Amino acid sequence: MLTDLLIAFILLTNFALSVTSRISKAIQLAVVQGTLLGLLPLAMGLGRHLHILLIVAATVGVKGWLIPYLFRRATRQLKLPREVQPYLGFTTSLVLCALGTGLALLLSSVLPLAPAAPAPGVAHQVLAGGGCALFVPASLSTLLTGFILLITRRNALTQVVGYLVLENGIYLFGLMLVEDMPLLVETGILLDLFVGIFIMGIVINHITAAFDSMDTHRLAELKD
Amino acid sequence: MAWLLIVLPLLAAVVAFVPASAPFRVRLLPAAGVLHLAALVAILAATRPANTGLEAWLRLDPLGGWTLLVISALFCVCACYAPAYLALRPERDNRVFTSSFLCFLGLASLLAQAHHPGLVWVAMETTTLCTAPLIYFNHNRRSLEATWKYLIIGSVGIALALLGTLFLAYSARMGGLQEPLFYTVLMENGARLSRPWLRAGFVLALVGYGTKMGLAPLHTWKPDAYGESPGVIGALLAGGVTSCAFLALLRTFAVAAAAGELAFARELMLGMGLLSMLWAAVFMVRQLDIRRLLAYSSVEHMGILAFGIGIGGRAAVFALYHLAANALVKGVLFMSAGNINRSYASKRLPHVTGAVRRTPVSGWLFFLGFLAIAGTPPFAPFISEFNLAAVALARPSLWAGAAFLVLLGGIFLAMGDTVVQVVFGTPPADRVRTPYRDTAATTLPLVLALLLTAALGLWLPDPVGAMLRSAAHLVEGQP
Repeated sequence: MLTDLLIAFILLTNFALSVTSRISKAIQLAVVQGTLLGLLPLAMGLGRHLHILLIVAATVGVKGWLIPYLFRRATRQLKLPREVQPYLGFTTSLVLCALGTGLALLLSSVLPLAPAAPAPGVAHQVLAGGGCALFVPASLSTLLTGFILLITRRNALTQVVGYLVLENGIYLFGLMLVEDMPLLVETGILLDLFVGIFIMGIVINHITAAFDSMDTHRLAELKD
Repeated sequence: MAWLLIVLPLLAAVVAFVPASAPFRVRLLPAAGVLHLAALVAILAATRPANTGLEAWLRLDPLGGWTLLVISALFCVCACYAPAYLALRPERDNRVFTSSFLCFLGLASLLAQAHHPGLVWVAMETTTLCTAPLIYFNHNRRSLEATWKYLIIGSVGIALALLGTLFLAYSARMGGLQEPLFYTVLMENGARLSRPWLRAGFVLALVGYGTKMGLAPLHTWKPDAYGESPGVIGALLAGGVTSCAFLALLRTFAVAAAAGELAFARELMLGMGLLSMLWAAVFMVRQLDIRRLLAYSSVEHMGILAFGIGIGGRAAVFALYHLAANALVKGVLFMSAGNINRSYASKRLPHVTGAVRRTPVSGWLFFLGFLAIAGTPPFAPFISEFNLAAVALARPSLWAGAAFLVLLGGIFLAMGDTVVQVVFGTPPADRVRTPYRDTAATTLPLVLALLLTAALGLWLPDPVGAMLRSAAHLVEGQP
């Protein structure tokens, strides 16, 4: 039940993200979403595995502390516009987000799920409970929200938020497999996400210095 | 011992980043490149070592070994050229350049040896991150724009590839397989994988790794990144990073093939391949920027690779052979174009004409490189392009072979139009001449690469041929 509640909150953050007009708010929402995701394995009752505890600690650390720290550093040094400057209106974004969630629900009802057909030989049937059927649609809907944010916002920082939300969606899908995912791979993925955001932060700094703005609309010199 | 191929370049990168002096750093590049190539050849020639625990995760199989051989040879050429290039750019600090360069070699070695889908993904993503500073080497607004596009488009593409990897793992879970899911495990149990998840996973891997390869329509970062980075970086991106992404895609392709989805996967590859060639042909017509022209040529050749895998059978062997042909010739083209651009202080057509008179060696190298990449004997691309067309025409899918030939012809005309003006036109009288002159250091590595391409076209050593055939078997899902 707790799992369902957390997933519902994650879906709500998606909707909130698509209507947020302030950049700082969008960053906060993405961080809240990341932290919720990080805590999800505990709600799934997987706290007894040591490697999952490590993953929980690493995820909450990276998504809930390190990445917001990077964002805060970036926003403190730069003169940040308060608004997200969307190409699309907030209502349109919200409608798109809702449509995406509907589409995700439709799509995942077509795809076969492990609990529907319990496979022989699988030791732990974590997902055997009916409630966890929400994982696939929630993951796809978060992914689509990330895409919408990436495409329709022109501020470089908001694009990074979009990328973060997209990664959150993929991470949510990965949670269905978290039980037997090798720790090495999981750590590599988290590390790459962190370094990726770090490098993007550096590039944003350079963009602001060179163009005196974070508006990616100005990055339009190169074309055929 | 193969893990040393990963560790040593990374160690060299750390040395280059932290304590080394600038001249030492520059000398580290060719040393690392030559050493890596020599060690790799020695390892490939040696007999197989016994199975160890590490072996399941990291192992040089024919497919990975061949790809790494191609990348290492290209890296060697680039690394021997880089000191001369960096000497021409004394105003730019070379610390980040050299360590990112070396980092790439270590990560490519990791990718080539990795046998777990997650590890392959991590290696691929990290190559994206470590090549981004290389694109920003010029530190101006244009290179900044190119870097941002490369980072965002590349990261999103790679994120989709991660989703594809997870789908693959989920399909295995539904089949009752347990982690760690090595490629060999997935291929041996292909029949147990859940089909819908496998198909979706392959499509996502094609989109994700295809973005990194630069298959149309996912190539939009490519002309910018190749156009705004130095020639030597363009060469490394066009021959090295793309080969890494191709390998990552082929690993997933092999799983799909082993699971009995070969026809489905082939159709997608064939479609993407021909679309890439068509897209490249359209954008090459009257392309005035030399570097962007080469970038579209890279899109075309990624299309040829995908086309070869899509036709399958003997064509898969020649697609893998084309990987080497493309990488070496792209090295020659990008670096000689870099020399020419340096002499004219421009890379656009009305300014850059008559290169054979200003920089004779680079001019001829550029022209011969163009002839080679367009499929003129005796160079290696001729062998692969001719045989790909022959296999395609012999199959029932006659239309695919015909389309391939028509597109190759069209691309030859479009590219030739610009190249001939650049090489043989009248040098503009009003254009200032920069102090750059061709020297042995900026041309000799390219001459060697071109000679190697010609040698490969005339004679393929038997062990290499055998390696290519077993790699192609692996791609088609027969471990």
